[in-house]
Amino acid sequence: MAKRIDVSGLTAYYGSHKAIEDISMTVEPRSVTAFIGPSGCGKSTFLRTLNRMHEVTSGGRVEGKVLLDDEDLYGAGVDPVSVRREVGMVFQRPNPFPTMSIFDNVAAGLRLNGSYKKSELADVVEKSLKGANLWNEVKDRLNKPGSGLSGGQQQRLCIARAIAVEPKVLLMDEPCSALDPISTLAIEDLIGELKERFTIVIVTHNMQQAARVSDRTAFFNLAAVGQPGRLIELDDTERIFSNPSVQATEDYISGRFG
Amino acid sequence: MDISTQQTDTDDTSPPTPPPPPSAEEKRAARGATRPGDRIFLGLSRGSGIFLLVIMAAIAVFLTYRAYLAISKDEANFLTAFEWNTSLLPPKFGIAVLAFGTVVSSIIAMVIAVPIAVAIALFITHYAPRRMSGPVSYVIDLLAAVPSIVYGLWGALVLVPHMDGLFGWLNDYLGWTGVFSWDQGAPRSMLTVGILLAVMILPVITNVSREVFRQVPQMHEEAALALGATRWEVIRMSVLPFGRSGVISASMLGLGRALGETMAVATVLSPDFDIHASLLNPGGGTFAQNIASKFNEATEFGRDALIASGLVLFVITLLVNGAARMIIARRKEYSGANA
Repeated sequence: MAKRIDVSGLTAYYGSHKAIEDISMTVEPRSVTAFIGPSGCGKSTFLRTLNRMHEVTSGGRVEGKVLLDDEDLYGAGVDPVSVRREVGMVFQRPNPFPTMSIFDNVAAGLRLNGSYKKSELADVVEKSLKGANLWNEVKDRLNKPGSGLSGGQQQRLCIARAIAVEPKVLLMDEPCSALDPISTLAIEDLIGELKERFTIVIVTHNMQQAARVSDRTAFFNLAAVGQPGRLIELDDTERIFSNPSVQATEDYISGRFG
Repeated sequence: MDISTQQTDTDDTSPPTPPPPPSAEEKRAARGATRPGDRIFLGLSRGSGIFLLVIMAAIAVFLTYRAYLAISKDEANFLTAFEWNTSLLPPKFGIAVLAFGTVVSSIIAMVIAVPIAVAIALFITHYAPRRMSGPVSYVIDLLAAVPSIVYGLWGALVLVPHMDGLFGWLNDYLGWTGVFSWDQGAPRSMLTVGILLAVMILPVITNVSREVFRQVPQMHEEAALALGATRWEVIRMSVLPFGRSGVISASMLGLGRALGETMAVATVLSPDFDIHASLLNPGGGTFAQNIASKFNEATEFGRDALIASGLVLFVITLLVNGAARMIIARRKEYSGANA
């Protein structure tokens, strides 16, 4: 199920502004890769190029290659809509569809992809909510609006919605930054379980979180304000946090960054 | 520095004294309305509020009183009679035809205008390139500013002479329903009025819907996009549900204008006092059109009768607004407001 991501020479623009430059990396299937780095260094922009969400922003434009196993996401004739059905995404702020019930939120992606019988839908919804560790909390109120849940529950609902369509890759853009510590812990435990089925990439500002949940860590930085962000190094998380090979990484991790 | 520390020190060591009882001035200070600017503004805004209520009450009393004068002398059933003869002795008049015509022409206008307005609003906010959405919005704004008598003249001089083709087609294919049958008369009918009203209420519905669709939070649209939704699916999953109550409010604004529209209807419609099954044949009337065309030549009593019909229009408008509010409130839990 899970697929390998192979990025080579990727550069992304906002209009004429170059946001990230010449990024190459490989993300192994069934692993968690964390992106860390100062604000504005292009982590989120890079994440959004992996499911072609970057080009939704006006002026957004990408050069380079992103291979999902052997398929180039930016190849000619590739439909961004079908890319996003293979590469799921969870956002910084929980964003369940406010007008839909909990059940409909989880079923939303499936309904986009085709018609399902009611019983099939119910099975997938239950499996996805269980997969997101939310089933026990909401099983009695599946018909209530998703916006009535707590922030942490909403974020797990969004994860359930993303995994319901069985994506190959799951992208998470600071999924815990709007949550309290207990909800954060629940999401982190969940990431540990989900990596057995999906390739996971997570952007985080919390270095302890990166150390806790990820197998590999990528450090991004920019040379100066206005310069494009670059990938400084990508290595096993343990190595990045104990003995990184680049001085800038060590400075950032130990808090000596500007 | 040193002085201030010394002062605090002495303050701390001095025995606690009970605070003096608050004077009248201090009490007023606690309520917060002592400054002249505050007092003047409070008086102005409170006065305006009261003034509005007084005017509303005065209008209601005036309408009800004059209506009562008329209805109490009406020999026909005021709600069901198909005639308007206020100068007969005894007078006979009823609002059935007017109520029917007002509601039918407004429904036709809504059926035509709402889908087109929503489509234009979606085009401006979600499909059109930026270079194009500006000018399109501007033209729609201009349409909203055209006086209704101009629409009326356009309706009578341009729309009416060009309706024959459409009416003939409707008669050929849908004439068997009775609703769309046509006797080849002048197309000064309810359908023409409805089409003209649709053009007139299109700008206001479009403008309000456009503002509502613009306010859909980016994160809701991205949620749908990230699931692999196409542009139309994003609109269906995020934009339309979020904008739903706004579109209903917009439609009610439009309906309010359609219900009360006077000059445009009076210029286009060829009225009579009968309810016709066909929307294509001339005849019928609306409250506002009837008042406008009869008021000048009406006697004192005739004016009272027209005011009575105006009161009914007022009540219908209130009911429509109440119904719209109920529709919006029923799904409040699911509205985007608490997201």
